[in-house]
Amino acid sequence: MKTRYKRLILIAVGLALLGIAAALVLTAFKKNLVFFFTPTQILAGEAPKGTNFRMGGMVLAGSLKRQPDGVTVSFIVTDTSKNIQVNYRGILPDLFKEGKGVVAEGKLVSPDLFVAEQVLAKHDENYMPPDAAYALKKGKEANKLIGATMDTESNQKSAK
Amino acid sequence: MIPEIGNFSLILALCLALIQGIFPIAGSFRDTAKGTRWMALGRPAAAGQCLFVTIAFICLVYSFYANDFSVSYVAANSNSTLPVYYRIAATWGGHEGSLLLWVQMLVLWTLAVALFSRQLPDQTVARVLGVMGLISIGFLCFMLFTSNPFDRLLPAAVNGNDLNPLLQDFGMIIHPPLLYMGYVGFSVAFAFALAALMGGQLDAAWARWSRPWTLVAWMFLTLGIFLGSFWAYYELGWGGWWFWDAVENASFMPWLVGTALIHSLAVTEKRGSFKNWTVLLAIIAFSLSLLGTFLVRSGVLTSVHAFATDPRRGLFILFFLAIVIGGALTLYAWRAPKVGLGGKFSLFSRESMLLINNVLLLAAAGTVLLGTLYPLFLDALDLGKISVGPPYFEAVFVPLMIPVLLLLAVGPFVRWKDASLKEVLFRLRWIGLGSVIFAVIAALLIATSVMVVVGLTLAVWILLATASQLMQRLQHAPAGTSMWKRITGQPRSYWGMLVAHAGIGIFVIGVTLVKGTETANDLSMHLGDTTTISGYTFHFTDLKNIKGPNYIAAQGTFEVTQGDTKVATMKPEKRLFSVQQMPMTEAAINRGFTRDLYVSLGEKTSDNVWIVRVQHKPFVSWIWAGCLIIAFGGFLAASDRRYRIASRKKKGGASAVGDVVDVHPISEVSAS
Repeated sequence: MKTRYKRLILIAVGLALLGIAAALVLTAFKKNLVFFFTPTQILAGEAPKGTNFRMGGMVLAGSLKRQPDGVTVSFIVTDTSKNIQVNYRGILPDLFKEGKGVVAEGKLVSPDLFVAEQVLAKHDENYMPPDAAYALKKGKEANKLIGATMDTESNQKSAK
Repeated sequence: MIPEIGNFSLILALCLALIQGIFPIAGSFRDTAKGTRWMALGRPAAAGQCLFVTIAFICLVYSFYANDFSVSYVAANSNSTLPVYYRIAATWGGHEGSLLLWVQMLVLWTLAVALFSRQLPDQTVARVLGVMGLISIGFLCFMLFTSNPFDRLLPAAVNGNDLNPLLQDFGMIIHPPLLYMGYVGFSVAFAFALAALMGGQLDAAWARWSRPWTLVAWMFLTLGIFLGSFWAYYELGWGGWWFWDAVENASFMPWLVGTALIHSLAVTEKRGSFKNWTVLLAIIAFSLSLLGTFLVRSGVLTSVHAFATDPRRGLFILFFLAIVIGGALTLYAWRAPKVGLGGKFSLFSRESMLLINNVLLLAAAGTVLLGTLYPLFLDALDLGKISVGPPYFEAVFVPLMIPVLLLLAVGPFVRWKDASLKEVLFRLRWIGLGSVIFAVIAALLIATSVMVVVGLTLAVWILLATASQLMQRLQHAPAGTSMWKRITGQPRSYWGMLVAHAGIGIFVIGVTLVKGTETANDLSMHLGDTTTISGYTFHFTDLKNIKGPNYIAAQGTFEVTQGDTKVATMKPEKRLFSVQQMPMTEAAINRGFTRDLYVSLGEKTSDNVWIVRVQHKPFVSWIWAGCLIIAFGGFLAASDRRYRIASRKKKGGASAVGDVVDVHPISEVSAS
């Protein structure tokens, strides 16, 4: 075999490998991207149904309730504008506290009930996970917006 | 006073770095007596820089030791109640100190190069030291202008903010230094690569110089990653050991590329092939190390908008990365054609096997990079918040690693340059058969999942092939040599390869069995309750409050029995650190050869009732053993005699540089 052909075959094999890698990446990427939604977005119906996503905000003070088995808990996550109830079976992370930020990954089982498979706490010194901070910021912005544009919003609603 | 000495030393170190970065390189392009004098500045400048950075480092350590809370970095990361060893480790507990540790490692590596490079041509040494000086300039400027660890706090704090309790562990003392030794060690390979590009010549001798340095750096990185994982396993409290977290990925990417690099360097040294490619890998490995350092330490992971609070840092980092990576790649594009690709090889040869290894490892690093950076990009551009979790990495990484593991066993059987497929298949026939039989038995006996069978079979395949490779090699020695002679006659680099490959096999067994067969249970336990998991019964016998140096804790006692035999007494704790009021789960682990038992206290729900997680994790120790064996393989390879022989030869007065091309041509021809 001529050197040129050999080199061509090698390049072809290399490209094929890269192609396979790229294909793997793209399919895995599409399937496994986990999107983040704030309670406001969830109640507005923006979150996917039936697939996992992340949600976050602040754990509403006084909302943590424990089922008789002790391991199943429910609490309310708020972005100060809207609230969502979260059910979870398992151990809550050390940094989980009422009144503090939280991010949970799981599914919606009804439009306003989220069942978490995982409750996350970043292992760094910040109590507030960045996503939760983002949700609160958006929630507060929404509050301001509501205050300022109450009239226009009600107009829009009636128009719908 | 001490912090000022430190600060002043850093400034002096920067001055010396400027000299080291400019004159030797400039001198290496001048063919005059002045050029020679300029080049000669490299070594003393490197030594001086090392001295002053070390002084600065000691000053910072001393400030921590002496609880000098008028230094804002100390106030932010330490506390007077912190035990003294953690106070010292707190030196690298934050952004500024980590940078100083980075530079400390850099100047140590530079000093090592300056000391152990007598056999190298002056020009090469000048350029290598020059490039390392340039890197150092960047880091010292970054520290002095944006993140000075010696900045004073006025008025001084009464007490410090304490070190993050998660970091208060033995792991904190050794994990960052080892990891940084690895990260920064790739700067030597990088500097060698750039020196080769500047000179436009790259031969087997070049590869031989750069190989031991790369191997040592790779070994440290392996150890550093291992320790990080080992630490996370017991310290985070829930039994996870690898999370595909951005921080972990940041260290894993340079490792993957570094692994490709040490294989590619082998080809360049033995066969003179892959020259261009090796240089490119060296550039990529160090670029990823830089990226990793900044990803972890700049706060960009906590929030990409962290840069907004201190835009100077973010801008500096972006510029620095752009200059180093962009500059290196530009030099590469300009000079690489001159370096050439090197020797030819046939389609089926050791070279092509290693090429596939390289492509796959690089692809794997690329996928990790994508998964790590994509969420950051989206967030930075305000296109939405997403996360890329373990499912993505597992879905991508595992399929890429399966061919790597398959070929890893085959590679050593394949001859350089031109091999016969038939012969290789013939030599592998028993191993192949053995692995297939193993797979069938495994599928019938322990058919928990396909992945478990695949993983175990791959591990067996690797271990059998590695053993058989050694046997065939030993048998091939000239008749009449004793077994001892045959064994000691093999070069250490050969042993290094075998050991590292066997380590991979053991690692794969551990990962497969932990992932595939671990069991865990979260439950609420009253004092006196028992629970059983995988045949082990946990009896919650006692609960008390204890007091540590800077925390208070609840400690549970669990008596573990298997059948009627007593296995262990485990005492997990839930600690509350007083300064930051931060709770911490301190798990109890009973380690064993084939399984770990893992108990952690979740939270107290009422008096004497705790939520508890009990876990049975098979073969975790094999993961750690595998990592250590892999690193030991790196050590063996780096300590190979021929690197030292080559240096002695040079001292003896051999003149030309490239005259020691293949020291071991015979030992590398596969036994057949």
